[in-house]
Amino acid sequence: MSRDDLIVILFLIATVILLPLISGSSYLLSVGIFAGINALVAIGLTILMGYAGQVSLGQAGFYGIGAYVSSIMSLKLGLPVMISMVIAMLAAAIAAILLSVPALRLKGHYLAVATLGFGEIIYVILNEWGPGGPSGFGDIPYFSLLGYTLTSSQEYFWLIWGCVIIVMAFSLNLINSITGRALRAIHGSEVASVSMGIDVVRLKIKVFVLSAIYASLAGSLYAHYVTFVSPSSFSLFYSILVLMMVVLGGMSNLWGGITGAIIITLLPEVLRGFKEYDILIYGLILTLSLLFMRKGIVPLVIEAIRRRG
Amino acid sequence: MLLQVRNISKSFGGLNALRNVCFSVREGEIHALIGPNGAGKTTMLNIISGIESPDSGEIVFKGEIVNGRPPEKRAKKGLSRTFQHLELFNDMTVIENIMVGCYLKTRSGFFRSGLLLPGTKRDEREIYERSCEILDYINLSKRRDEMAKTLPVGEQRVLEIGRALATEPDLLLLDEPAAGLNIRETRELGELIGKIRKERGVTVLIVEHDMELVMRISDNITVLNFGEVIADGPPIEIQKDPQVIAAYLGEDE
Repeated sequence: MSRDDLIVILFLIATVILLPLISGSSYLLSVGIFAGINALVAIGLTILMGYAGQVSLGQAGFYGIGAYVSSIMSLKLGLPVMISMVIAMLAAAIAAILLSVPALRLKGHYLAVATLGFGEIIYVILNEWGPGGPSGFGDIPYFSLLGYTLTSSQEYFWLIWGCVIIVMAFSLNLINSITGRALRAIHGSEVASVSMGIDVVRLKIKVFVLSAIYASLAGSLYAHYVTFVSPSSFSLFYSILVLMMVVLGGMSNLWGGITGAIIITLLPEVLRGFKEYDILIYGLILTLSLLFMRKGIVPLVIEAIRRRG
Repeated sequence: MLLQVRNISKSFGGLNALRNVCFSVREGEIHALIGPNGAGKTTMLNIISGIESPDSGEIVFKGEIVNGRPPEKRAKKGLSRTFQHLELFNDMTVIENIMVGCYLKTRSGFFRSGLLLPGTKRDEREIYERSCEILDYINLSKRRDEMAKTLPVGEQRVLEIGRALATEPDLLLLDEPAAGLNIRETRELGELIGKIRKERGVTVLIVEHDMELVMRISDNITVLNFGEVIADGPPIEIQKDPQVIAAYLGEDE
């Protein structure tokens, strides 16, 4: 982690601690919680797209696995929530390995196609075989740790953004390590990377699995916060939404994912005032941003700061 | 023999790029692979380093047939290379390029790095120091923090050699390292290659068009023409070989 990253992390920690204390609005907090959940998925996809050069159109699948596996384990089998969440992460990791080992052996964007199919399969499975079918199920236990159950929005805000900070710190360390350097090298020249002894396929698989674990964690947190899940939250639409967050925020920088997640989660809320025109304005803002900020927001901001300083 | 090339054939579509090519590289020598354009030299290097696979024949490296082994496994076994069309990591700094070369020589674990477990910081510092040493060796220390793509071609070629050296290879494959260099740079390159062999004990297989350089530094030369070996031996013999002269100057009718 670089010094600049550390400063931003510390700033983020302070904001996360203070925000729920300052604002008692549970509406604001719940929007913040969803931004955090989306950020977890977006961070994973940022590493995958920006650093491993692969696109996934199936993050909703892992997000769904996280939500459903963890819910079923804790509700139907009565396992502690923490253990259910770990099982859900393992399930997502295994699914990611099974999916990426054949797909990443082939050069090109086979992973994008494979994940697109995977996301749809998960969506169909949840609809057909998930408890409650298309209408989903409720009564999922709240998140609890060592006998203490979290119930208030404040506590969930801290929990989820705590997870975001941990995941972000882990990811920053990874990107700034020898592994991250190898990933950047693959971007620069794949043929030179393999000649340096870098196992490109293996590294890409690892990154993909990591992104699946992040998405699964997000899904579990979602389920135990909302305590109700239904397949509609885990459709292709969600995968595309996360993709939007990453592209908007900027995938060449790890902070892009979080930034994009916050903006895209907040935007519909901000646009509420425009009533029936909100979708129109929402679409217009996104289209214009992509047209005029190809690299994404965060890389542009950094460039601007460098030019001034 | 450090490297044996046995009966290697390769065709692209109907074109025979290589036909039954055989030659050997002894440990500690500088061995040149020469021939007119389109003779199949780069294809040969790609087959040795594992980027392309031959239609038939065997590559034996350190006594083991390495056919079917991917390039990264061959690198691990002690084989490194540079590229005719530079393949630097352009958006990384000079030192970072070398540091990537150190990848093989460092422990790297996903979780170890992510969690910043003890030792990761020390490893990182070690890589950095080792890379500085290599930069010093190839005389590029002054460029340490510049972006690789901003370097002049001559220095980019040298940087590629440095990056390959960072993997601590036993056999170094150089694909036209003097292409685009001026006379002074070419002379310095020759000195560097000699130094690498002498001081680091690295065996070198070089593909090169600059005949003056080849004749000066090589112990042995293999000549390819239209995918076939037409001569093999020390520079003095090669220079006199009528077939080689004919291949380079065109046949007298």
